[in-house]
Amino acid sequence: MERHFQRDLENLKIDVIKMGSIVEQNIIDALDAVLKQNKELAKKVIASDGRVNSFEIQIDNGVVDLLALQQPVASDLRLILAIQKINNDLERIGDHAVNIAESALAIIESKQNETLLEIPNMAAIAKEMFQQALDSFIHLHPQQARLVLESDDRIDTLNRSMISEVVSLIKTDQRSTEGCLQLLRISRNLERIADLTTNIAEEVIFHTEARVVKHHAEEG
Amino acid sequence: MAEVLEKEDIIINTMASLPPTSTKTTDQPAVKKITAESINCYFGKVHALKNISFAIPEHSVVAIIGPSGCGKSTFLRSINRMHELIPDSRITGKLTLDGDDIYAMDAVVVRKRIGMVFQKPNPFPTMSIFDNVSAGLRMNGMRDKKALAEIVEKSLKQAALWNEVKDSLSKSGISLSGGQQQRLCIARTLAVSPEVILMDEPASALDPISTAKIEELIYELKKDYTIAIVTHNMQQAARVSDYTAFFYMGELIEYDSTKSIFTIPKKKQTEDYITGRFG
Repeated sequence: MERHFQRDLENLKIDVIKMGSIVEQNIIDALDAVLKQNKELAKKVIASDGRVNSFEIQIDNGVVDLLALQQPVASDLRLILAIQKINNDLERIGDHAVNIAESALAIIESKQNETLLEIPNMAAIAKEMFQQALDSFIHLHPQQARLVLESDDRIDTLNRSMISEVVSLIKTDQRSTEGCLQLLRISRNLERIADLTTNIAEEVIFHTEARVVKHHAEEG
Repeated sequence: MAEVLEKEDIIINTMASLPPTSTKTTDQPAVKKITAESINCYFGKVHALKNISFAIPEHSVVAIIGPSGCGKSTFLRSINRMHELIPDSRITGKLTLDGDDIYAMDAVVVRKRIGMVFQKPNPFPTMSIFDNVSAGLRMNGMRDKKALAEIVEKSLKQAALWNEVKDSLSKSGISLSGGQQQRLCIARTLAVSPEVILMDEPASALDPISTAKIEELIYELKKDYTIAIVTHNMQQAARVSDYTAFFYMGELIEYDSTKSIFTIPKKKQTEDYITGRFG
């Protein structure tokens, strides 16, 4: 006999996947807004954030319901705890997508056709990481989650080189300062998206293997 | 590869456009199936229930919790007038079923419309499984064997027992396990088509697997019935009920949605009881 608790838990997981799908689309749109100088896509991302926030509240409520009323244990408990954290991470990633969209609008408004430096590379890695993390949650696939963890260093490296590249750019042409600051903001937001995406992957490993891998605990 | 990506895009876009799955539908104003208005119950000089007033919505599960001696079983039994069987009992106030005064009705009709399941499974020991389920109907004069067989099958299916006993209906009811016996008693209650089912600690004598089956059954049965359950097991109240009433020393301390009771109770006594700080 299937317990109604299991149906409720499955529905909660589906809500996280739906929320993740909106956030994924927002990341793609925000980065396309930057790369293709598309104002409409940027506005679309900003408008869509309300739905992400609604999902966050809905999932929070679902987590409280299941914890308070159903006394989950073992893998059910770990899944609910993972969902609670992933929910929080997704909402924050959604905010970073909005920040990128706002920077895209500022760059488009400034009408400066700046070079994007490492942003296209960082964007490609961040999108791939997020897709892998969400897939690893959908299929509860820890090996796929580990691929996400391995990618984070690449984003960190690119973010560091962005800082030195932007400094050189400003030194050569001070008129580009405003646009450069927006590029740094985008870079910083991509670095945060990658970090939060890593958290999602860590939660997938925690749920599926009952193993804590955050703060490099697995290496120790 | 492009096709795969396209397919994934469709999935992403479709998923992203869907509303939350776990959203509960907005509660419609609930129809009150049972209402208690200023119920006071006495056994001799003992004042067992003090001014109890609350309503049980139709097609819901209401759990009544509280420490031993708080009056929860007395209240449950007063709903189908079982407490009348105890000498020196007296009740004041008004209890209604669909708005009609329960105490102005024929007690036999009340107990047909409001069935009861007890703590200890109590199948009729000399009867077969089939006869146990059909006993109430036969006592009411039903003789049509085909109709009886149909109702027995339907009741056993509703009680989630049919698949386990369909090939042994002529076996004794007490040959079943404790959990099966309790589901047999639920089937017996369902056979006479009650509108309300009262359950007094229905799973307290059962092992965890049988308990889970009874709890799931309660969850399923509320689609067709209104259920009030007395339980010592607070976690069980949380798992199966929509509303929870907390009784203490004969008084109704708090009555609210189960989620509110177990997440943000309004009364300190409720908080202390459900968190185990009581006394």
